[in-house]
Amino acid sequence: MRADFLDRFSRLDSPIHRLPAGVKVAGALAIIIATVLVPFRFHSFFISIAALLLITAALSRIPPRFLIRRLLLLEPFVLGIGILMLLEPNGLRIFLVFALRSTLCLFTMILLSNTTPFSKILAVLRALHTPALLLTILALMYRYLFVLIDQTQRMRRARLSRTFTPSRTRTWKHTGTLIGQLFVRTSERANRIYDAMCARGWK
Amino acid sequence: MHIPDGMIDAKVAVATAALAAGGLGLALRQARIDVSPRRVPLMGLAAAFVFAAQMLNFPVIAGTSGHLVGAVLATVLLGPSAAMVVISAVLIVQCLMFNDGGVTALGANIFNMAILGCAVGFAIYHPLASLFPGRRGQILAASFAGWCTTVLAAVMCAAEISTSGKASWSKALPAMAGIHMLIGIGEGLITAIVLVSIARLRPELVPDNSPIASSPPRYAVAVAYGLLISLGLALFVSPLASKSPDGLESVAQKHDFAEKPTDQPLLRAPIPDYKMPGISSAALATSIAAAAGTLIVFGLSFVLARILVPSATPPTEINPHAR
Repeated sequence: MRADFLDRFSRLDSPIHRLPAGVKVAGALAIIIATVLVPFRFHSFFISIAALLLITAALSRIPPRFLIRRLLLLEPFVLGIGILMLLEPNGLRIFLVFALRSTLCLFTMILLSNTTPFSKILAVLRALHTPALLLTILALMYRYLFVLIDQTQRMRRARLSRTFTPSRTRTWKHTGTLIGQLFVRTSERANRIYDAMCARGWK
Repeated sequence: MHIPDGMIDAKVAVATAALAAGGLGLALRQARIDVSPRRVPLMGLAAAFVFAAQMLNFPVIAGTSGHLVGAVLATVLLGPSAAMVVISAVLIVQCLMFNDGGVTALGANIFNMAILGCAVGFAIYHPLASLFPGRRGQILAASFAGWCTTVLAAVMCAAEISTSGKASWSKALPAMAGIHMLIGIGEGLITAIVLVSIARLRPELVPDNSPIASSPPRYAVAVAYGLLISLGLALFVSPLASKSPDGLESVAQKHDFAEKPTDQPLLRAPIPDYKMPGISSAALATSIAAAAGTLIVFGLSFVLARILVPSATPPTEINPHAR
């Protein structure tokens, strides 16, 4: 399994990892809501949030390089949409405040997802009375996500090793066919999983 | 177009979260009725499939690359309610575990991409696919619906951002809609190619016209989705359409707010304000551009369907790769 780059450190052992998931989820939510709502003139609030996050990161024993890489990887997605603000007359200030807020929120979520296994988050969601069907789908999705990403990468590699002159139209056609093929395999896998679930007494 | 944290303000976040929760609740209820237990694992795996498919980039113009959103693809393959749940699950996992899209904006993202994407996608796909029968009609309908939902999600996104006061409607709308009118072409094209390839490999996986065509249509559900979406449009898009297009809030404060109460512009009809000079021409130009763009894309979808589906005969050809 090579696709563990997404939440690789969620199963480390550290004081932060050992905290109950509910506490971490509530804490992250509180930090994010406060970061979004508190007016920017309270500079000390933002500084203390940043300090709190850095202390948490240090205590969690997640390699700092990983956290920085992850932050840099996701930042374009966050800031890309912020370009809209730069179109405004005095948009630079709004944009910079937004960049600060969204970066703090992003860092909070990166810490949460890398200190809490997804199954624990699902348990929190279950305690909050999330509908059972949604929980089943989320659990199945997470469990097979990595399998399907691996499968996609294998199919892509196989395709690349056989395609010597990639042109744009070909790439489109190949990507489309690959996704189609992936769905066919996914649905076959889903049928096998259903049989296996029934065999083990599901529902 | 995942909205990050800090982009939308509290009132927009609460309103979109309520709309998304309503839509997702309705979809879950409907999926429990529509979807047989056999297809529950498929829904979970389809969510993983959409996530995996979104990681495959394909080249667009000038070194940029795009990827599939998949709302219409899932709608065609699984039916609208199941697709809504699946796309919502994708967005929830992307937000919680992979940090794409904000937590406070999760409601907005679910509403824009899952609820609107699947409900409007189905509302466009279903009648079009009945109007143009056969695989060719399906491909035409799916690619056109893919384009429409991409643009609509972008418009909704721009509306939410402007309602939050982070950008002006007159600048956010053309920027978002313009970019996504191009991105939408990619979405429509890739949706069409994927559907054609699935139909070629396993025709039974692409339901003939629509998954619920056999069962009687449920008007109550359609009305409920319709109400939900109109509410979203009424809350975010209509008050903005009625504002001055300059986005000069100082001017608005000087003139507009003297006449109408600032607290309740939410459900005001946009028509009275269209009488203002300057707006009508801008609105007209925008409408004409949008209509022209829509017609062009419909034509492109038509051509695409003709290219991708070789003839009106069922897809049981001897050699599908013959040119």
